[in-house]
Amino acid sequence: MKLNLKIWRQQDSESKGGFENYVIDDITPDMSFLEMMDVLNQKLIYENIDPISFDHDCREGICGSCSLFINGRAHGPDKGITTCQLHMRKFKDGDSIVIEPFRAKSFPIIKDLVVDRSAFDRIQHSGGYISINTSGNTQDANTTPIRKEDADNAFDAATCIGCGACVATCKNASAMLYVSAKVSQFSYLPQGKVEAKERVLNMVKQMDDEGFGNCTNTGACEVECPKGISIKNIARMNREFYKAKI
Amino acid sequence: MSLISIFKSSIGKKLLMALSGIFLVVFLTQHFLINITSVFSEEIFNFLSHFMGNNPIVQFILQPILIFGVIFHFVMGFYLEIINRKSRGANYSRYAGGDNAPWISRNMIFSGGVVLLFLILHFYDFWVPEMNYKYIEFRPEDPNRYYEELIHKFESPVRTSIYSVSFIFLALHLLHGFSSSFKTIGVDSKYYKPIKSLTFIFSILIPFGFIFIAVFHNIMH
Repeated sequence: MKLNLKIWRQQDSESKGGFENYVIDDITPDMSFLEMMDVLNQKLIYENIDPISFDHDCREGICGSCSLFINGRAHGPDKGITTCQLHMRKFKDGDSIVIEPFRAKSFPIIKDLVVDRSAFDRIQHSGGYISINTSGNTQDANTTPIRKEDADNAFDAATCIGCGACVATCKNASAMLYVSAKVSQFSYLPQGKVEAKERVLNMVKQMDDEGFGNCTNTGACEVECPKGISIKNIARMNREFYKAKI
Repeated sequence: MSLISIFKSSIGKKLLMALSGIFLVVFLTQHFLINITSVFSEEIFNFLSHFMGNNPIVQFILQPILIFGVIFHFVMGFYLEIINRKSRGANYSRYAGGDNAPWISRNMIFSGGVVLLFLILHFYDFWVPEMNYKYIEFRPEDPNRYYEELIHKFESPVRTSIYSVSFIFLALHLLHGFSSSFKTIGVDSKYYKPIKSLTFIFSILIPFGFIFIAVFHNIMH
């Protein structure tokens, strides 16, 4: 496959970035999108050009590191996948591909396609945990009965990998799907109810302080979420928030 | 924890939009139920309009609340739109929004803006002359004037067309806004299916009912 790539280049967070065009050949349909980027970078290195910076780690869809906004969509033209799970068979020979970083005021660009998603870490630190002493004196998990439906919902919410595709794709750059997943994964379970009030208040406050936008229930986030986190979690977080405030 | 502090948060601001939207939906229903009587009974329409136009509770308590609700919903809508656009920072060069969300949900500010322009015309057509009649010219009250005033307005095909197009945008606005407001309030997802059905029925029935009233009077008079 021969592809025409239009890729965002930005030297650092202070520089003014811009698009640069690259033509790449010998790409096979079985390559992952990130392998295609590796091939391009190898070519750039041989040509003594600064390679393109992009985030990646596990390359098996579980770490949430890879980002990229490809042809107008977070993680590219497929549903329920991260960029590392996107394969070149989704493109045709001669295609033009526009590759941009995730864009949000709260996700500043570090270099090229790498953005700083530490705002998510700060939200998590503000309440996305339970304070339980786990130093060998915890009771067996099965001694606390939990409804199957609640356990399933908590697990579904906990599958959020914090990749930021929800923020990237939301027209308002809202982080409510992410925050609501982190709130819900605990609020469904008895262990999470103890600190439920402080958790939702602190996490929503941190989310607002980070400058994310408001959710307008377009549902774009759940469509693009690689883990299929449902926006029903957002309504649940809203309920938790009102309860905590009242 | 103060209740007021809810509204300082992003979720609280969304809640205010949702509550003011639901309030306007209730008003819209009441307005429609009165207007539809004009199709089959001049007497009932005149009676109801006279009551609404002269009852002191409606005039001096409910009307100011309604005007505040309308202004609040629009001001808050534009304010949140500005905040949300700032949250994006730099725009994407290519953004395939249509691949993951319907047009109506992504363009509430546009459909709402059209409804706002319509409301300006609507106030100019009905509310301003009414205020002028009662509180500036102090003309004697005629309980049978309302029907004539209504059909006179819809004699114009241009006005009837503008009203009809505006109500199509109102339908689009409601198709997303009605169900979205319940999600914002935090209604459990098990009720989403009936809410979706109710949203569809309401968003079609009320705006197209208003269009029917306008076109009916244009054709019949």
